[in-house]
Amino acid sequence: MRRIYLDNNATTQVDPRVLEAMLPFFCDKFGNAASRNHAFGWEAEQAVEAAREQIASLIGADAKEIVFTSGATEGNNTAIKGVAAMYAERGKHIITQATEHKAVLDPCHWLAEQGYRVTVLPVDAEGMVDLEQLKQAMTPDTILVSIMHGNNEIGTVQPIAEIGRLCKEREVLFHTDCCQTFGKLPINVEEMGIDLLTCSAHKIHGPKGVGALYVRRKRPRVRCAPVLHGGGHERGVRSGTLNVPGIVGLAKAAEISGREMESEPARLAALRDRLKDAIISKLDAVRLNGHPTLRTPTNLNLSFAYVEGESLMMGMPEVAVSSGSACTSASLEPSYVLRAIGVGDDLAHGSIRFSLGRFNTADEVDYVAERVVATVRKLREMSPLYEIAQEGVDLKAVEWTRE
Amino acid sequence: MPYGDKVIDHFQRPRNVGSLDKTSPNVGTGIVGAPECGDVMKLQILVDENDNIVDAKFKTFGCGSAIASSSLATEWLKGRKLDQALDIRNTDIVRELALPPVKIHCSVLAEDAIRAAVEDLRKKKGARSSAVEGNGAK
Repeated sequence: MRRIYLDNNATTQVDPRVLEAMLPFFCDKFGNAASRNHAFGWEAEQAVEAAREQIASLIGADAKEIVFTSGATEGNNTAIKGVAAMYAERGKHIITQATEHKAVLDPCHWLAEQGYRVTVLPVDAEGMVDLEQLKQAMTPDTILVSIMHGNNEIGTVQPIAEIGRLCKEREVLFHTDCCQTFGKLPINVEEMGIDLLTCSAHKIHGPKGVGALYVRRKRPRVRCAPVLHGGGHERGVRSGTLNVPGIVGLAKAAEISGREMESEPARLAALRDRLKDAIISKLDAVRLNGHPTLRTPTNLNLSFAYVEGESLMMGMPEVAVSSGSACTSASLEPSYVLRAIGVGDDLAHGSIRFSLGRFNTADEVDYVAERVVATVRKLREMSPLYEIAQEGVDLKAVEWTRE
Repeated sequence: MPYGDKVIDHFQRPRNVGSLDKTSPNVGTGIVGAPECGDVMKLQILVDENDNIVDAKFKTFGCGSAIASSSLATEWLKGRKLDQALDIRNTDIVRELALPPVKIHCSVLAEDAIRAAVEDLRKKKGARSSAVEGNGAK
């Protein structure tokens, strides 16, 4: 059976060029980058330092400001808890926003239990934070603002340069989770006023289990306490033997993404719009979730009224996508991100996230659009909601039996 | 979620999708669930003059196991006596479709839909027989 992967915001296929770059570091150059007294260690260290340069250059940073991590969850935890621990005497207020990844929200909730004050800003119907609200939320004891660049579910891209400027004015540190935009949208930590930045390899066709955290060293010098204590690697911010093959893979993935930045995001955005147009032109009652234009090039999130997302996915098993439906989540709750932008639970159940990557083609997109249209039509034929709506009855006015 | 073969079979080839005339005195309609909960089932039964269920139809908004549960329910309903419709238990559906624990509520919904349809039909018949009695007394 033909298989099509359109779930690249979850993870991506490793680029064969990345794998090739990594391979020597398993059986041949397998040294510990912290071994200072032999050639095995030196060649590992050399590779790690070259990788550091590579990552730094993609975001306009200095190599010394890059800390390697096990991925974005660790990066976000380290940035948020690390800053909170170091700056507690200055203040205990942190600002974030409702559609952040759980790897940002949960550390913030945890800090709230430890006596910090956390403000979770709402977003508008397109998933944008309001800068005026952000400004209002800042108080003299605010130490950190953590607002993501591109959203993983709905693709909305936040105005991080403006947020960075606001933070600079108030001398508040600014952390941004750039998992969905690193290597896909231009990022410059100087121009955007970013103090801490999280990214991950597996979202850009690199391996899983490795990422990087940028921690600013100058104007201001950001202090960040470690989450993992141990041998004092990564200037004490992150102990643990460096994942050399992973780091080499991350760097190679970043290098390729950087080199293709001129053309690839535009190609992806065109595919995304092609998919959207092909579906929307053939189906009624489809809603685009997220911002219509200010969104990541990879992400398309649609709600299909009267249809449940899990059954839609089941109806096209050869297509890999994801859904905000409760039936696909471990919590049995529909997506909190869709709730935050005011999508009703009924429409959240019928939402599908299509996310594109380097290896997707126009042919695949056309095929998926056709399958989506056919499956939605089939499911609507067996949907009592569609039938009731076709009769002109307002579904909101119906009295339902709730379990 | 990886489903068993029977769920996939009912999902891909749903039995008895459709609608019966809900205004007919011999049709019972049950609609259960809510859109914001992610599943709504409509189940209908048609009986003959001897209360034999001669047809059953469903429409379901919901996940694969909700669709499969209602599809299976219509299959089991056809040919039964109305009274025996209520013998169908959600646990039978769970067993037949090998539903995982998180999907048990789908089978419960199917049982509820059967009850609602039977109740609707009995209400219609009750109203009719009391109307007949009323006529007789005149």
